[in-house]
Amino acid sequence: MTHEAVPIGLIPGPFHPRLEALSRAKGWMDWAGYMSPSVLDTAEFEYFAIRNQATLFDISPMHKYRITGPDALAMINRVVTRDVSRIGDGRVGYVMWCDEEGMLIDDGTLFRFSETDFRLCCQERMFLWLLDAAWGFDVTVTDESDAVAAVALQGPTAYSVLRDAGLDVGQMKPFDWHEVETDLWISRTGFTGDLGYEIWVPWDAALPLWDRLWAAGNHWGLRAIGFDALHIARIEAGFIAAGMDFQPVHAAMRLHRGRTPIELGFGRMVHFDKGHFNGRRALLKQRDGGQRYALVKIDLGGFKPAQDALIYHRKREVGHVTSGVWSPTTKRNIALAELKAPYGISRTDDLMAEIYVNQEGRWDRRLVSVTIQDKPFFINARARTTPPAAF
Amino acid sequence: MGVASYDAIIVGAGHNGLTTGCYLAKAGLKTLIVEKNDWIGGAAVSRSLHDGWTYSNCSYVCSLLRREIVRDLELPRFGLQVIPYEGGATFTEDNDYFAYMSDHNALEREIARHSPRDVDAYARFSQTVMRQCRFIRPFLLRHAPDPTSLHPRDLGELAFLVKKAHGLGAKELGETIRFWTMSIGDFLDEHFESDLIKAHLAGSGIIGTGLGVYSPGTAYVLLHHYMGDVDGAIGAWGFARGGMGSISKALGMAFEEAGGEIRTGSGIDSFRVKDGKVVGVALENGDTFDAPIVASNMDIKRTFQRHVDPIHVPDDFTKAVNRFKIRGSSAKLNIALDRLPEFPAAPKDAPFLRGDLHCSTSLAELERGYDDWKDGRWSSEPYFDMLIPSQIDPTMAPPGKHMMTVFVQYAPYDLERGGVRSGQNWTDETRTALANCVYDKMEQAMPDIRQRIVHAEVRTPLDIENEVGLTEGNIFQGELTFDQLLFNRPVPGYSDYSTPVEGLFMVGSSSHPGGGVMAAPGANAAREILRRAGKGKSMPRFAA
Repeated sequence: MTHEAVPIGLIPGPFHPRLEALSRAKGWMDWAGYMSPSVLDTAEFEYFAIRNQATLFDISPMHKYRITGPDALAMINRVVTRDVSRIGDGRVGYVMWCDEEGMLIDDGTLFRFSETDFRLCCQERMFLWLLDAAWGFDVTVTDESDAVAAVALQGPTAYSVLRDAGLDVGQMKPFDWHEVETDLWISRTGFTGDLGYEIWVPWDAALPLWDRLWAAGNHWGLRAIGFDALHIARIEAGFIAAGMDFQPVHAAMRLHRGRTPIELGFGRMVHFDKGHFNGRRALLKQRDGGQRYALVKIDLGGFKPAQDALIYHRKREVGHVTSGVWSPTTKRNIALAELKAPYGISRTDDLMAEIYVNQEGRWDRRLVSVTIQDKPFFINARARTTPPAAF
Repeated sequence: MGVASYDAIIVGAGHNGLTTGCYLAKAGLKTLIVEKNDWIGGAAVSRSLHDGWTYSNCSYVCSLLRREIVRDLELPRFGLQVIPYEGGATFTEDNDYFAYMSDHNALEREIARHSPRDVDAYARFSQTVMRQCRFIRPFLLRHAPDPTSLHPRDLGELAFLVKKAHGLGAKELGETIRFWTMSIGDFLDEHFESDLIKAHLAGSGIIGTGLGVYSPGTAYVLLHHYMGDVDGAIGAWGFARGGMGSISKALGMAFEEAGGEIRTGSGIDSFRVKDGKVVGVALENGDTFDAPIVASNMDIKRTFQRHVDPIHVPDDFTKAVNRFKIRGSSAKLNIALDRLPEFPAAPKDAPFLRGDLHCSTSLAELERGYDDWKDGRWSSEPYFDMLIPSQIDPTMAPPGKHMMTVFVQYAPYDLERGGVRSGQNWTDETRTALANCVYDKMEQAMPDIRQRIVHAEVRTPLDIENEVGLTEGNIFQGELTFDQLLFNRPVPGYSDYSTPVEGLFMVGSSSHPGGGVMAAPGANAAREILRRAGKGKSMPRFAA
């Protein structure tokens, strides 16, 4: 008997028929093998819809793992750096997990149904790592990546869209996670730093969900968006991205590309007091002995985006920009940058970035000032207000 | 009882007065801003006149607001968010349109639909305009060089201008001088063949200006409108979320956070002058305040014709002020709509409907509109720049309902009625007649527009003068023609924001580089004031 060949290239995700109908720009990219929009219409207007109206972004290509069983809490606590017992039922937590050297494997969001039932969502394939980590624990790990569809609804009118769609989330606080209807879960989470929700349904229930939200969004400026728009918003919010701001250590070919949560600025997410977890000894050593790098938020002079720019302390090269954009909302030139210690920690003055600008066939070099920021670039109270305002 | 005294007082809480105030307060000066209205903002205001709707009553779009200033004063932290809008369209009488598309390929295809040769013409046109923009933009946030002055700084600025001009080469410099002095009509005729495309592009050359499309100097006015940008997209325009008042609100909050004080509800009676120096202000309500530095955010005519005793000012200056051109040429309709009007010519949900919409289809028609104005009448076929911001900004109208802003040109300040020209001829009756004339023309694009109207505010040049204080209702605080630009703005010899009265400064759009909600005059004036106060280093030099 012959087997049908597996498809070559990108395959459609659960929302694809709707996305394809809306795609004027025909910009698609590869996200975990799915056809994911980089831009549907115009990245600029899609971006502004995140900060001014409401937006839908298909996040179904995320990897999703269900961890169930009597030891689920203990097993997850053994894997991730933060104390998961502090995350209540019906709550979501941002988590990171490391190898034995304390190097970050990936970050993600952990959804807690109960002490014995969790879902972990992340960018990287993590099935085998979780199966390995489950050894000795009474848990079952299931890959739900192709079973659960999800869409991020983000922007100041996101709450109004849900309300008009008949979904009551007025009392949900940030990081709450509820089954609002049978098989329809909503979390107040997102990757934009703005008011927003993520809606989770079975894969085959994706299109009715989309249509329901789309109809309700009519009066609230709802737009579908691609990755390019989201990219700007997530840097404004100060969120890090795998493959850009850190290299997931399991995926890196070259040695010494790994970074620890402490080096990425997430020391507060490492809970040494909760008992053993992967990488604990290495991270303890680093906490006491000092970090090698510091990922920092920086504000740059000038208006030219600083992606990949080298950073200097006087004449010495001390780091580089990992993600840089012009921020249309805050009207600042912003970036995340990795600096070699002690720069970015004890030495924060006299930093300059070298930005290259292509001026119609000639490269021009700009040296601009660098100021380290401790807070996210975009902060707006509407992201946290409960119940949220109409816009 | 002692008189309250300040380091500096600013008269008028328009966006420029507030900008100057922010910089003075940040430099440590104890600064007071006085405002005649009960609200701040001047012509950058958001007001609710019909329950549920917010209007940007006067200025209605922004792009010229310098991002250097927005960033430096951290206005986004105070809630300012500028949202660009996409494209626009001009609708014709025969149920067609020319759409300006934000997508480059779509724009080329749309131009080709009207004239294949004009696709190439548009590429040439935009290259020329953008080159001129690149040339002029660095001067916006600089002191205008005075060629008659031997002051080292003027010489330095002049050298900068000469160097920039020299860099253009002889041919390009010749084009530049032509561009700055020619009419937008001639400029467009040189490029395009399609009347409709010419008419669509000509609007920017006459908005806010008492000139016709074939009047010399209007090409520069177009440039002035193209100089702006939203996040580096040159020529792009946007809305301020929540209306233009959000700009003033953010500036007001930044000013107060820096320690400044705002007093609303009483306008100025007079600038108090002693021995040729300003010593403070006297308000209409009888309050007086002392300050060695006083700045006027009012236009230069209003400042010197109404509030400074001419005894303190040389005759030459008074003459120059009196001849300063500040004619009102536009009216404004703010409309609450029960739903989006039908645009039968346009595809459903066309993105260009979210941009600026017009119904003037030829340069000849626009020129006739100007002829009416010269005779003291509003244009029988008015040009308008109309937008429906609520399609993008959910804060402006209830869900499903919309707010429309219609900038109307031409409308005279001194309306002619029965052979007599007077602002007093603007009555409820003439206001209604003007609005009806505009609705008639709007039906060209939206046949159901009259049925959609829930509420409308009609603002004539007289209303704009009375409420905002702009002389004759001129939106730029003085026309943007070459005779009163750069070192001649507002009047020759005083382009450095100073006046013959020591300590009295002009910070509004009467000064270089002019109007358009740029905040550049306010910031430039603050730099000059601080320099003279020995605090020049406390303000950043914006990169050229």
